[in-house]
Amino acid sequence: MNSFFKTPVLPVPTRRQALGIGATLAGGALLIGCSPNALGKMMSLGAKHDFDAFGPFIKVAADGTVTVVSKHIEFGQGNHAGLAAIAAEEMDADWDKLKVEQAPANAGAYANLGMGVQGTGGSSAISNSWMQLRNAGAAARAMFVQAAATTWGVPAKDISVKDGVVSHVASGKQAHFGELVAAAAKVAPPQKPALKDPKSFTLIGTDRVRRKDSAAKSTGTARFTQDVHLPHMLTAMVAHPPRFGATVASFDASAARKVPGVVDVFQIATGVAVVADNTWAARKGRDAVVVKWDETKAEKRGSDQLRAEFTALAAGKAPADAKLAWKPFDSKGDASMAAGGTAAVETTYDFPYLAHASMEPLDCVAIVDGHSAKLIHGSQIPTVDQLNTAKIVGALPGAIEVETLFAGGSFGRRANFQSDYAAECVHIAKHVGKGRPVKLVWTREDDMAAGYYRPLVHHAVRVTLDKDGFPAAWRQRVVTQSIMKGSPTGMPKFDDTAVEGAKGSPYLKATPIVDAQVILPDAGVPVLWWRSVGATHTAFVMEHTIDQLAKKAGKDPVAYRRVLYAKAGADRRLAVLNLAADKAGWDKPAPAGWTRGVAVHESFGSVVAHVAEVKLVNGEPRVGRVVVAIDCGTAIAPDQVAAQMEGGTCYGLSAALFGKITLKDGQVQERNFDGYRVLRHNEAPTVETYILPSSKPPSGVGEPGVPGIAPAVANALLAMGQPPTTSLPFVKTWGLAALS
Amino acid sequence: MTTTLNINGKAVSVQAAADTPLLWVLRDELLLTGTKYGCGIAQCGACTVLADGQPIRSCSTPIAALASAKITTIESLGGSSPLQVAWVANDVPQCGYCQSGQLMSATALLAQTPKPTDEQIDAAMSGNICRCGTYQRIKAAIKEASGQTHPKPDMAKSAAKV
Repeated sequence: MNSFFKTPVLPVPTRRQALGIGATLAGGALLIGCSPNALGKMMSLGAKHDFDAFGPFIKVAADGTVTVVSKHIEFGQGNHAGLAAIAAEEMDADWDKLKVEQAPANAGAYANLGMGVQGTGGSSAISNSWMQLRNAGAAARAMFVQAAATTWGVPAKDISVKDGVVSHVASGKQAHFGELVAAAAKVAPPQKPALKDPKSFTLIGTDRVRRKDSAAKSTGTARFTQDVHLPHMLTAMVAHPPRFGATVASFDASAARKVPGVVDVFQIATGVAVVADNTWAARKGRDAVVVKWDETKAEKRGSDQLRAEFTALAAGKAPADAKLAWKPFDSKGDASMAAGGTAAVETTYDFPYLAHASMEPLDCVAIVDGHSAKLIHGSQIPTVDQLNTAKIVGALPGAIEVETLFAGGSFGRRANFQSDYAAECVHIAKHVGKGRPVKLVWTREDDMAAGYYRPLVHHAVRVTLDKDGFPAAWRQRVVTQSIMKGSPTGMPKFDDTAVEGAKGSPYLKATPIVDAQVILPDAGVPVLWWRSVGATHTAFVMEHTIDQLAKKAGKDPVAYRRVLYAKAGADRRLAVLNLAADKAGWDKPAPAGWTRGVAVHESFGSVVAHVAEVKLVNGEPRVGRVVVAIDCGTAIAPDQVAAQMEGGTCYGLSAALFGKITLKDGQVQERNFDGYRVLRHNEAPTVETYILPSSKPPSGVGEPGVPGIAPAVANALLAMGQPPTTSLPFVKTWGLAALS
Repeated sequence: MTTTLNINGKAVSVQAAADTPLLWVLRDELLLTGTKYGCGIAQCGACTVLADGQPIRSCSTPIAALASAKITTIESLGGSSPLQVAWVANDVPQCGYCQSGQLMSATALLAQTPKPTDEQIDAAMSGNICRCGTYQRIKAAIKEASGQTHPKPDMAKSAAKV
């Protein structure tokens, strides 16, 4: 590295290694069939492993300050608080003085134990770290206890630890961690440290577990990628094609080069890049580039056409691609019976493409010097970013340095198999070269029009009832694009992300005959997980269908669900339903002018019930009080569980009310918040969260608060006499009474 | 060209084209990065600063229009303002990216309306988008900072005990 950027020299592969890696990484062939464990080891090749005595997760300073290293990015979920609390609890560290630090990229040390690579997603940060951090904290505690026992010449069993102070009551000796750290570092870490009985937890599950970043985020000092300024740094913007799949045919940079501050204009794989001395110059330069696009391979279908094609497939039209096939899930019994009889409900549901629209538009800083590269950004899957960067610069993936910063949201967008925006930044930094830092900034329009949307989805559902009014036969067809296609580990045999939540539903379990199938046609629009993934649509379909069935059967929606949960043995659903119904006062009339709707859904290991109070204002649904009950196993940080229920409810409600990305002839229409309406202060509900007591291991909270609110609102509308909701968003046209 | 601006009580000379939005002068020239870029078209409020006490969207206000204005950014609040104290006490932020803008809008609101009602809060704050959905905690923090409610001693917020 030259003077622009000081960093330890990274291993540079030999030419043979680089070529070999380049060849095997192309297409991701290297990874297919890899076990997660082998994958983590392979992806950490070239990484440095120089951890402190207490392992990769815990550092103790000479003043006694404990720092917990988080392998997971913090972009709002509150996981840094929860992760730190797990280690602090077992270590008996002083919570008030404890710090949290973001881990570097190192899949060997910091793999998500559920993914095999380092990454954050699937609401798994806390659950996959639970035993790992308990063990890390307990081992460190044992090392301090042993160090004190040796130093003081007293039995280890008589030593206690509280708030980072080690004490021996009988002798009156005590010392804080800092005073013992040198001795403790020499103690061999126990392989199986004794863990606390959860009944003796003093931190986990209490309201003492608060965010560690609130002050930084309330003073403008929290550091995001946008805020990175390095000596000699260039800021880049890119002219992207107007349609997915188009490429640069030719471009004229003469006007762009005249913009003061513009340093260079050049073509990259994804468009035409402009690098400049500052953001405004980059913006003006980018807007002045004239590009002719080659749209031969571009996706030119509109979302209306795609929806029509999906609808036709669900109605029985043969797929255009002969290799495409319907795949069954949860099917049982005689399928022909599911098509016969008198349907109680026979309907379709349509869901639009959705943009994640995080507050921080996508951005990345990259520094490339020959085969060395460093990324600084909100990296959600550092291992994949390393892999994609390594392919571009010719290096061992583990040698790619990644400094992960706070990100201004993601909701899944920063995790994709191509590392789209990060890879784009690496290409630009490689062209600039010489270790000169490049900050890529996407405008809101770049961000919103770049795809990686929640896919367009179509469901067709037909249900018959038995003599008691409960489902006798359930037929369901799901048509959507596959999110997992393009995975570096290969397309799975069955893409669960398309149907999770319908697949595994207690309603299907309680129904004797089920004919449920999914088909995954291709489209040129990149799609991705969007906070709660498959549940964004399956929860709506299952929960709103159930209320329509209950209505047909003349039964109360809560009572109807109770019977079905009993039939399916869905005890956790029953418990959260009962809790939410009780707290919401389901058995009493709603406040005047309001109508209640209920929904219950399980995702990411947690079960959530929503009871929403809804009214219509100028034809738009308005949600007031929302009661949420959640079973998320052990709640490490109850206040952050509540924060995620509040935030998840708002995120789901925003999309349900207004969210919609429309393509016209392949071109994205909504490009900023003037076209892509999102929930604002005056439209926000008041969420009350109730956590079901549990001694089970923790499960997810970042996503499970999202799925239930949309069907709860639809069910409230149904209860107030509105027709069933067959497509989202609820508000089709702004400012108008739009409910059809 | 050189423009002189009054930012957080200090006169500063900046070299930038007259059409440059204040946001980019703050962030790229003065390294006052607390003010954020969110949309560039005055729709989201992440870039909110005060000009003579009034909230403005710095992404869409060229510096040429601000030569005589007193500009206040998040950096001027100091960290112990009643709003910031309430923000931390309520653990308002999630991703945190919008919060500088939220705080500046709230600062302007309380300067004008010391004890705002829910409706007044909605009216003053609805130009500030939060995608994490921290709206109800923002409202609670504004109520607390304006002395209309008081922090609970156990700090327990909405995660009610069952």
